Amino acid sequence: MIQKIKKVLRTKTVGIAGCGGLGSNCAVALARVGVGHLVIADFDSIDVSNLNRQYFFLNQVGEKKAYALRDNIVKINPEVKVTAFDIRLDKHNVRELFIDCDIIVEAFDLADMKHMLVETVLTFFPDKYIVTGVGLAGWGDSNAIRMRQMGQLIICGDETKEVSQELPPLAPRVGIVANMQANQVLEILLKGIK
Amino acid sequence: MEIILNNRNEYFDGEHMTITDLIKAKNFTFKLLVTKINGRLVKKEERDEAIIKNGDDVLVLHMISGG
Repeated sequence: MIQKIKKVLRTKTVGIAGCGGLGSNCAVALARVGVGHLVIADFDSIDVSNLNRQYFFLNQVGEKKAYALRDNIVKINPEVKVTAFDIRLDKHNVRELFIDCDIIVEAFDLADMKHMLVETVLTFFPDKYIVTGVGLAGWGDSNAIRMRQMGQLIICGDETKEVSQELPPLAPRVGIVANMQANQVLEILLKGIK
Repeated sequence: MEIILNNRNEYFDGEHMTITDLIKAKNFTFKLLVTKINGRLVKKEERDEAIIKNGDDVLVLHMISGG
């Protein structure tokens, strides 16, 4: 079975919008299982405060997230092709960058960016799946994190807990949602495999 | 009428309502919502006209920060 899975995933392209807590962890999970091509994008640089949840290392602080994530993925699985963009995504460039992707993962931190991506993908790529992460702040309450699907839109998270001073984003819950997003990507990509 | 709202059955008075009516009725006060009727995206500027009928499958997703 593992060879069959590899054979299918090798042919697939997944777009990941944002390389922070959700994006870096989701991308690493998809790279480990051998998704053939990852298109990743983020405009930000790594801050030491990101290391409480994002898949980067202390010696990468100051580097661009998109390029640092590409470097980390290549160290884990050099067979994965990574196309990295150091760019601030908007409703125009999303349509160019992710046009060849089978699935798009929404991995932003800010709600208005999440909203922009979901609406843009549902409007201009009505046949593509989008897997969004909504509600992951704080700690504990694992069973509140779930997924639901409506058409091409898949929502992962508790849909309730927004990041704030009292509820920071922390590695465990962010990692659960990021890996749940990766898991839903696999469910779609491996549909029908026997 | 009976609709499916966020995967749950819900009952409302009347034969139909708009997405804007639904948002008011359910007291969804959040700014950033993604709304769909039967899988079709309803953008913010279309919510006053988008009609929900008996049996429709409606999604109201509240986008919140964190990632």
